[in-house]
Amino acid sequence: MATLTEAPVAQLSKDEILRYSRHLIMPEVGMDGQLKLKQAKVLCIGAGGLGSPLALYLAAAGVGTLGIVDFDVVDFTNLQRQVIHDTDDVGRPKLKSARETIGDINPNVEVIGYETRLTSENALEIFKDYDIVADGTDNFPTRYLVNDACVLLGKPNVYASIFRFEGQASVFYAKEGPCYRCLYPEPPPPGLVPSCAEGGVLGVLPGIMGSVQALETIKMILGNGRPLIGRLLLFDALNLKFRELKLHKNPDCPVCGKNPTIKQLIDYEQFCGIRGEELVESANVPEISPAEMKKWMDEQRPFVLVDVREPHEFQICSIPGSTLIPLGDVPKRMNELNSADEIVVHCRSGMRSAKAVELLMQAGFRKIHNLKGGVLAWSDQVDPSMPKY
Amino acid sequence: MPVKVIIPTPLRQYAGKQDAIEIQATTVAEALAGLTTQYSDLRKHLFTEDGKLRNFVNVYLNDEDIRYLKKDQTPLHDNDVISIVPSIAGGSHLRCICS
Repeated sequence: MATLTEAPVAQLSKDEILRYSRHLIMPEVGMDGQLKLKQAKVLCIGAGGLGSPLALYLAAAGVGTLGIVDFDVVDFTNLQRQVIHDTDDVGRPKLKSARETIGDINPNVEVIGYETRLTSENALEIFKDYDIVADGTDNFPTRYLVNDACVLLGKPNVYASIFRFEGQASVFYAKEGPCYRCLYPEPPPPGLVPSCAEGGVLGVLPGIMGSVQALETIKMILGNGRPLIGRLLLFDALNLKFRELKLHKNPDCPVCGKNPTIKQLIDYEQFCGIRGEELVESANVPEISPAEMKKWMDEQRPFVLVDVREPHEFQICSIPGSTLIPLGDVPKRMNELNSADEIVVHCRSGMRSAKAVELLMQAGFRKIHNLKGGVLAWSDQVDPSMPKY
Repeated sequence: MPVKVIIPTPLRQYAGKQDAIEIQATTVAEALAGLTTQYSDLRKHLFTEDGKLRNFVNVYLNDEDIRYLKKDQTPLHDNDVISIVPSIAGGSHLRCICS
């Protein structure tokens, strides 16, 4: 009976015991596990698609301290999947909105907000107080930054990533297995990153993958079950198929291998080739502003307007009088265009159409212009009734 | 021998929009060569200009990374499944090089 007095029951209040009773009556969690959750400190990178279910479930489960890094503001396009934010939150910082939702779900959770961009300068300082880092970012520079910082500090990195209707998840923990760089030593060059023509995501998918992250985080805290270390979970939502691949620690890994060459955080934008590329993309082609094109229309100046978006985007909205030739079809359909005509090419924001203009110029077209800022700028500057997406 | 190659979502547009392709091959190299001959647009997404598999694309034979088998010379057996697994980073288009 002496052990009863040693049991740390006093650390959960009566209200907390009731709140967590469905955990407490499971031997896999129990009082010990629930206290581990209460003492745990988890850092969520991003309060977006993955971060929403992740933070919600960790808070509901009773993780005592939740750090959240996000400097973004809620917009309407977020609401389809970022379930921690409400319609009323549009225009407010995601951090504020997430903090309120978490407070409503479980006031016992201490939320520590970092309303800042995660950088090589601040990452180690922010990470150092946490037990586990959960990466819900949507871009390669931050992904490599989170990985390297976790390796350098010896912390587990609970990872998930999504694309359209496909997800990946793993736990990268260099002390016990591979890191993200063991899996992918380098990011794709920006030119090969899918453009938003191929982008988009099914709203439920981050719900599933973020929940997998929450699950793995909780298992790591409890020290129970078999974590996703050394395994890559692939989820195909369209075919509802989970697959699992083996991951190996790469002995030559530049950050967690035997002779690491990366011993401190580096410049991740440069590493991912982000800088420079954006400038090159739009600098070389002749442009026309939305206002100038409107003037041409009003003056009934003859020109051909080509829309290089995808058919499903054309269905959302289109500029009257435009002809749809998706970027991928431009090479084989350019014979439909006459190089003697004045031609304006547009897309959603001007990047794909810049590529199309480049292709057409290579083929000898000279009287050709890229609509600067695409449909988005047209909506902002000429026709506010045009929906934006 | 017949093997199945699973095409990941981002690359399906270069592979006739298919999620899997049956191919006859005796090694992984043969399978990928057959695939990129059939779908030439896939080539630059899988290989560098000097023909090396790109660093952000991993190839698995069943559940094993070919880097830890015999790389592209890994022999195939009937009904093996090859998976092409590129790195993905998605959710919002905050950062994508997009239009």
